[in-house]
Amino acid sequence: MHLEQAFREEWGRVLAALIGFLGDFELAEEAAQEAFAAAAERWPRDGTPENPRAWLVTTARNRAIDRIRRDRTLATKTALLDVPEATEDEMDDTTIPDERLELLFTCCHPALALDAQVALTLRTLGGLATDEIARAFLVPEPTMAKRLVRAKKKIKAAGIPFRVPPAHLLPDRLVAVLAVVYLIFNEGYGGRGDLAAEAIRLGRALAELMPDEPEAHGLLALMLLNDARRDARFAEGAIVLLRDQDRSLWDFDQTADGRAALDRALALGGRGPYLLQAAIASLHVDEPPDWPQIAALYGELVRLTGSPVVELNRAAAIAEAGNAEAALAVVDRLQLDDYHYAHATRGELLRRLERTDEARAAYERAIELVHSDPERNFLEQRLAELEPPPA
Amino acid sequence: MKYALLIHQGTTPTPYDQEAWSRLSEDEQKAVYADYQAVNETPAVTPANFQLQAPETATTVRVEDGQTLTTDGPFVSVKEALGGWLVFEADDIDAAIELASRIPAARMGGAIEVRPIVEY
Repeated sequence: MHLEQAFREEWGRVLAALIGFLGDFELAEEAAQEAFAAAAERWPRDGTPENPRAWLVTTARNRAIDRIRRDRTLATKTALLDVPEATEDEMDDTTIPDERLELLFTCCHPALALDAQVALTLRTLGGLATDEIARAFLVPEPTMAKRLVRAKKKIKAAGIPFRVPPAHLLPDRLVAVLAVVYLIFNEGYGGRGDLAAEAIRLGRALAELMPDEPEAHGLLALMLLNDARRDARFAEGAIVLLRDQDRSLWDFDQTADGRAALDRALALGGRGPYLLQAAIASLHVDEPPDWPQIAALYGELVRLTGSPVVELNRAAAIAEAGNAEAALAVVDRLQLDDYHYAHATRGELLRRLERTDEARAAYERAIELVHSDPERNFLEQRLAELEPPPA
Repeated sequence: MKYALLIHQGTTPTPYDQEAWSRLSEDEQKAVYADYQAVNETPAVTPANFQLQAPETATTVRVEDGQTLTTDGPFVSVKEALGGWLVFEADDIDAAIELASRIPAARMGGAIEVRPIVEY
């Protein structure tokens, strides 16, 4: 295996084990970095050890203990000196606990700001470097570095625990974890593909670590199904609507993967928001999609989330099912005046109902509100396709 | 870990404002007292050993160029002013958040700030 890829795969596992052992993010991260640097130097020369993960954890652990010894004047840390020194061949995989789940719940603790949760998750579990995260979120590197340092300081100072929350806290906390992973995915879906792949990797780990949690599988399914259509979503800088997408660009292996995750979520008795969205995404793959069924699932999702944006999607599905009039009535009941999709959807429905003047006004309002270029290009195309106003 | 739970009353009706307080039913008033008592009697809680008067009674003092300047009212706005506090010793912030959520001000229009205390 390529060294860099091996490092990427191991980073989260190794770091989580070290934090669990040392109880200190900063120290664990420094020690892990030293161990990975040592591996980069030694492995190509001396050969990859039989158990790379154990080697990394043991090496990092010893470096950390050395460091604590050097800093032994810091009385608060001397307790750790009681830990017997491990030699490099003492540890094997069975003695290294998988504490990535603990790490994920710590990084996504609600006492941290959302942007810090996202950055910390990418740094610690994803193994992304600070400059990579900074680029992905379009902030200067020093800003991102400060954000990470501040978050790590808060974890320590405020006593944010390194553990999977107890049962009475778990449902709320799981919602936060899923939201962070999905947010990372959506950042990637907007065009930065590496983040989407990273989110899917996190989603796979989460589904593996919480095998009985339907929403973990539901989120994975949703990401896989949406990501499978990524290459078909843009053409010549404009968004391509689902029904106009070139299906030969869809990744059907990944679709099958997504559907397997969805089946698993359904078999576990799930009916949560990620599962519902995945089910909707799965129906979209069929040709032709079962629009009445999609509209019904959106209805279920509206009842769950109360979200007007979801209601807007329900309206679009009703329109696709052949009832533009009913769809327009749904859209007109919504209070989404600042949301460009609402006006774009109205424009499309009015066009289908041959109310061209109103359609034009709706598209124009949508263009006023839109921020992304591909979407603006798409709307301008639609507007241009309308019959011109009478001279 | 030790945490200070700083209580901000916000728009919470308190006996300092008899008009707002009297709009609560007698049962609601009793529940507020009972809840504060339960919080103060929680193991590992050290209640403040005094009670602050209403934020409106505060005076804020600054010194600029050697001159003492006083203004009427708290440093922050009356709504944001500190109303009281307690100290809680807990394993981690989750326990402190749970206790904070049981303090009546948190659900009645105010908020609780959880601040870790420096330990030597």
